[in-house]
Amino acid sequence: MPRYRDLTHTARPSNAPRVVEPKNPIRTTDPGTLQMLKMVEDRKLETVFDRVVAQQPQCTFGYTGVCCKICLAGPCRVKKEEGPASRGICGATAYTIVSRNIARSIAAGAASHSEHARHILHTAHALVEGHASDYDIKSPVKLHEIAGKLGVETLNREDKEILKDIVEIGYADFGRYQDRPLAFLDCLITVGRRNKFKHTNIMPRSIDGTVTEIIAQTAMGVDADPVNIIFGGLKASLSDLGGSYIGSTMSDVLFGIPEPIVSEANLGVINPKMVNIAVHGHNPVLSEMVVAAARAMTEDAKKVGAEGVNIVGICCTGNELLMREGVYLATSSASQEMAILTGALDAMVVDIQCIYPAVQTLAECFHTKVITTEFLMKIPGAQHLAFNTATAMDDAKKLIRIAIEAYGKRDPKKIAIPSEKHQLVAGFSREVLTDIFAKINPERPISVLTDAIESGQLKGVAFIIGCNNLKRFQDESHIAILKELVKNDVLVITGGCSAGAYAKFGFMSPLAVDAYAGEGLKSFFKTLEAANPQLSTRLPLVFHVGSCVDYTRGIEVLVAMADELGVDTPKVPFVVSAPEAMHEKAVAIGSYCVTMGVPVHVGSMPPVEGSDLVYGITTQIAHDVFGGNFILEVDPNIAATKLLDALEYRTWKLGIHKKTAEKNNTEVAQGW
Amino acid sequence: MSVEQIKETATDANVLPKKLLRKAYDGTIIAMTYAEILLNRAIKDFGPEQIVGYPDTAYHLPVIMCLSGEKITKLGELVPILNRMRNQVRSELTMENSKLWGESVLYAAEIIETLHYLRGDNPKVKPWTGFLGDPIVRKHGIKMVDWTIPGVAVILGRAKDSPAAKKIVDNLMSKGFMIFLCDEVIEQLLEENVKIGEDYIAFPLGNFTQVIHAVNYAFRAGLAFGGIAPGEREMHLDYQNRRVLAFVLHLGELDDVKVAAEMGAIFMGFPVVTDQPLSEDMQIPDWYLSEPDYEKIVPLAMEIRGIKLTNIEIPIPVNFGPAFEGETIRKAETYVEFGGGRTTAFELVHMVGPDEIVDGQVTVIGPEIDSVPEGSKLPLGIKIDIYGRKMQADFEGVLERRIHYFANYGEGIWHVAQRDLCWVRISKDARAKGFLIKHLGELLLAKLKQEFPAIVDRVQVTLITDQTAVEEGLVLAREVYRARDDRMRSLTDESVTDFYSCLLCQSFAPNHVCIVTPERVGLCGAVSWLDARASFEITPNGPNQPIPKGPAIDEYKGMWHSTNEYLYKASNNTLEEVNLYTLMDKPMTSCGCFEAIMAIVPEANGLMITTREHSGMTPCGMSFSTLAGTCGGGMQTPGFMGIGRTYLLSKKFIPADGGLARIVWMPKELKEFLREDFVQRSIDEGLGADFIDKIADESVGTTVEEIVPFLEENGHPCFALESLM
Repeated sequence: MPRYRDLTHTARPSNAPRVVEPKNPIRTTDPGTLQMLKMVEDRKLETVFDRVVAQQPQCTFGYTGVCCKICLAGPCRVKKEEGPASRGICGATAYTIVSRNIARSIAAGAASHSEHARHILHTAHALVEGHASDYDIKSPVKLHEIAGKLGVETLNREDKEILKDIVEIGYADFGRYQDRPLAFLDCLITVGRRNKFKHTNIMPRSIDGTVTEIIAQTAMGVDADPVNIIFGGLKASLSDLGGSYIGSTMSDVLFGIPEPIVSEANLGVINPKMVNIAVHGHNPVLSEMVVAAARAMTEDAKKVGAEGVNIVGICCTGNELLMREGVYLATSSASQEMAILTGALDAMVVDIQCIYPAVQTLAECFHTKVITTEFLMKIPGAQHLAFNTATAMDDAKKLIRIAIEAYGKRDPKKIAIPSEKHQLVAGFSREVLTDIFAKINPERPISVLTDAIESGQLKGVAFIIGCNNLKRFQDESHIAILKELVKNDVLVITGGCSAGAYAKFGFMSPLAVDAYAGEGLKSFFKTLEAANPQLSTRLPLVFHVGSCVDYTRGIEVLVAMADELGVDTPKVPFVVSAPEAMHEKAVAIGSYCVTMGVPVHVGSMPPVEGSDLVYGITTQIAHDVFGGNFILEVDPNIAATKLLDALEYRTWKLGIHKKTAEKNNTEVAQGW
Repeated sequence: MSVEQIKETATDANVLPKKLLRKAYDGTIIAMTYAEILLNRAIKDFGPEQIVGYPDTAYHLPVIMCLSGEKITKLGELVPILNRMRNQVRSELTMENSKLWGESVLYAAEIIETLHYLRGDNPKVKPWTGFLGDPIVRKHGIKMVDWTIPGVAVILGRAKDSPAAKKIVDNLMSKGFMIFLCDEVIEQLLEENVKIGEDYIAFPLGNFTQVIHAVNYAFRAGLAFGGIAPGEREMHLDYQNRRVLAFVLHLGELDDVKVAAEMGAIFMGFPVVTDQPLSEDMQIPDWYLSEPDYEKIVPLAMEIRGIKLTNIEIPIPVNFGPAFEGETIRKAETYVEFGGGRTTAFELVHMVGPDEIVDGQVTVIGPEIDSVPEGSKLPLGIKIDIYGRKMQADFEGVLERRIHYFANYGEGIWHVAQRDLCWVRISKDARAKGFLIKHLGELLLAKLKQEFPAIVDRVQVTLITDQTAVEEGLVLAREVYRARDDRMRSLTDESVTDFYSCLLCQSFAPNHVCIVTPERVGLCGAVSWLDARASFEITPNGPNQPIPKGPAIDEYKGMWHSTNEYLYKASNNTLEEVNLYTLMDKPMTSCGCFEAIMAIVPEANGLMITTREHSGMTPCGMSFSTLAGTCGGGMQTPGFMGIGRTYLLSKKFIPADGGLARIVWMPKELKEFLREDFVQRSIDEGLGADFIDKIADESVGTTVEEIVPFLEENGHPCFALESLM
């Protein structure tokens, strides 16, 4: 780990409790959710909050990563520092067990994002082949941009021909056998990173191949070397990055590049007078169709006495639709069940990832229909409607009809909708940010940001992302860290359920700038707004870049900043924070961000504490090798100071390197 | 203390520091696998035949060459070596194993850095150094092993704050330490404008594994000056332990890899002190210690490494030490300057009687520099009167030349040239710290007394900045210079009865013997016959002993009974005969600190000369570094010889081989350095004033094929001389 100015800031977390108030079932700070829980408190409905309490205390072996369940001789646990009990039955020590477990998490994360990307590629492929008539190339601009980056010929060619080539490259990225880098990853990163990944042998050649490889590598009786395993894991994390980039880019091509859009968030967006359908999960392929179908089916809704069809989003499907269509965001991952508790949700249409199986159990107490749509995601008791891109619009209409039908079965006694909702501005794709900056400096747009940092107006950029994790109260860490960073003039971009938190609390609004931003950040926003009179709204306190595959937009900003500063990513004043990380995808994302040379705060402990070696690599040595490292800290206030410290480290070092280069009339030193 | 003894003391510890050992073991695993991953990827990319190595060194990968004797040139050769090192990493937590882990980590770091050079990763920009080439090792390495530099500090990590980093480094610099820096402490020092870089013997190496460049620097000292053969692992470790007085300061949080690398330091005999509070099971008594108090950390490190200072404190407001010797002060940084052709100036050391001197007195005649505006130019006279019972007029020049070194030791004081050509600058920084011209006097006074106690009993210094007084002083000074020059001219090898030996370098080149005559300066360029004589007066049992000349065996080649006899004994019975006037037959040996090297160029029937400063290729097919590797270490190597630069101007410059006319190639820089006197000598030798231009240099070429046509075209006399071979 780099040694920061604040001497109390070491690689170890503070001794804050790992699970806050373990017996308290009111485990949220989200005002909508609190209101909801209050409204139904007499009804003994089991939610995630009760289950967290029921799971306490959680298994320490698992928590620290020293439980090995890889083979049937196990489970084995590391119980002692020395002797036979310090090893598994096969002799695997703590560092082998911990590194294998974490590498497998990364693989699962990479598989998840890439599955999402694969689905979008298939859709694009079907479109090219003429089997997806309900889809279109909504953004030829994005198509041409990515074609240029990938070296696909565009001159005098039809968009569909270009798309065909791009889809083939995308497919090749999934299954390449030659020792060549992932094309999508290769075109996203800096020259410095490209070399680093090649030299350290972690540049993936294929997404599927890397995921398979790490599973094979970590099988019983294969790799015992923690460093080798971790490098394999990092390679898988880069597959995750490459896969995410395919997903995010191709979604933009098919559904359009997000633009600033005003909407609302929190449970108050559920409208008692309308047919309410929640779309939940991650994939926009179906949900985009649902939105289109809903707009066309107002009349059908009116026939059953509703005013229309109200689509609301949950989790990252919510983010996808919010970004492109301005669809209301009902809630975020940990509070997904709340939407059902309102008694006014007629259907919950889910695709993949972060969907609690409990939604069906809870739906049994209501009229709400839970409908799964993907072949690899089903829930006993829930309806399954196999979604097909060839019949996308028809499928979407079927889903809406199920909801319309359910509308009539609402139990009025059970309807309890919290009033809580907030205005927000979302839709900040990399293109939008670039356009905003370009109004000030058309030649080098990103210099507007880097200059503000170098002049001290801003302290840097923080990319706050990730899930909810109820070891602490929902959203508390997201909010606390945001408040502290913006107060200290850090420009914050966000995505995933972190964005969900900010949207639900009203932090994703221009009003929040006045209330929470420091003077430097305020004046930065003023400068941007003054140069951008075309914007229909003032800028929000945080820039929402999208769902969790869209974190590549943050990486694009990072890369642009590095190129502008003439350095590689490890010197850019840019930090990542996942205050409430939960999913395996978060492990993969955190790992690729570290590999990309960024300090990454994680607010919930990953299972690495069981091996000092693995802990040391993730928090310290990773910095020496890749320029990024994990900052593991569960207390959000301490975490915020650590993030500020990490930014200060970078501006301090970069400043000295630049000053020294000027003095000696040399290039800026490239070390970090 | 021998390595065995170290091992004993370290293993004697009652309680094994298990926590520290576990950390070191973990770090070793990380380092070994990281090296392996990078190495095998590089082999995949470049193939096993790929040439590898550091720039500017004749010692291949020095850590490996030193410890195991393998002279790596190809990538593929590293695989079995790394595997051997992986294989010696055993998991049991013992002190014994920890040293082997340390050794393995040194290998791993050397391999990782070699691969960085192969890849061209992070090219170093000033002041960062990365790998330090042989020229730098030779320049400063001798001072490291003969203890002119009292110790070596390797500082890694980040101090509690930048002023604290500065304080530690200032303190070490003023004690004359050689300093290696790694990680954020470098930025901290740059932030505080501490002068670091090659010129200040404070090397900012880089980050992380780049700390290995301190190690490969140290190991080269054993090869270059110790004359220890590659692969003599125990002897090299013993040499490091005995001669390289190094310690490691680890500032800021520990990590596994650093701790593992520090086991490598302990393996070499260098203790580690950290500012981190550590529990008992994280410390090794005398070897790995915690000292959070910044006031105590350096004294503790010096104490456990056994470094004792003989330096005295000098009451001046600027830092002081050899670290600042290489500092230049540009015009823009100058507060006031003296001499250098801009104003009248002179410096003079003059022997006086006991009654003509007030010991310790520093007088300033004329304006003090706090009364003149920035950018002023003042005249200067530095007049140093010395009385000593053993002082001789012959020593005046010797001591006078010390003014140059001592003045440059001051931070912010710059001195070049000598006598009435001297040129002094005082920087704005130094002035801002309160430096006055009288402090220059204090400095010179203190150093003369400290360094020459045997011949200097009383000193008084007069600094003159008043034009009239300087002019008056100059008249006297010129009289003294003239008398001294006359005396020098009368000093020839024939006119004296004694030569002097110089065994100064035997501390690191045990069989090397320099014989210094009036017409042959020591090969380091620093010890003239007068110096040697003065040194003998100062330390009668020291490294310079008179050799009564007696009758010659061969006056032409320069062989005497007395010199042979002395040589045999002093070379530990390894050398029997030496010729002082030829390099072709039993020439003088070379230790390692030669300023220049001569080598024959048979195709041109002549000799070439290259210097330490010239890092490029030469017509004999070897760079200075490679040449130094072939003829250093106290061996007689006919056809090759280390020399002092000014030996070229001597009338006794290899007369048996034909003298000056043999020179066919030398670097431009050397030509310019010697030009005026060289031209005069050429005229005296009947070679003509344009002889210097008939000698080829790197602008003509660096191969025989390139230079021979040039020599022929320009009518170089070499072809007409008797055949060399």
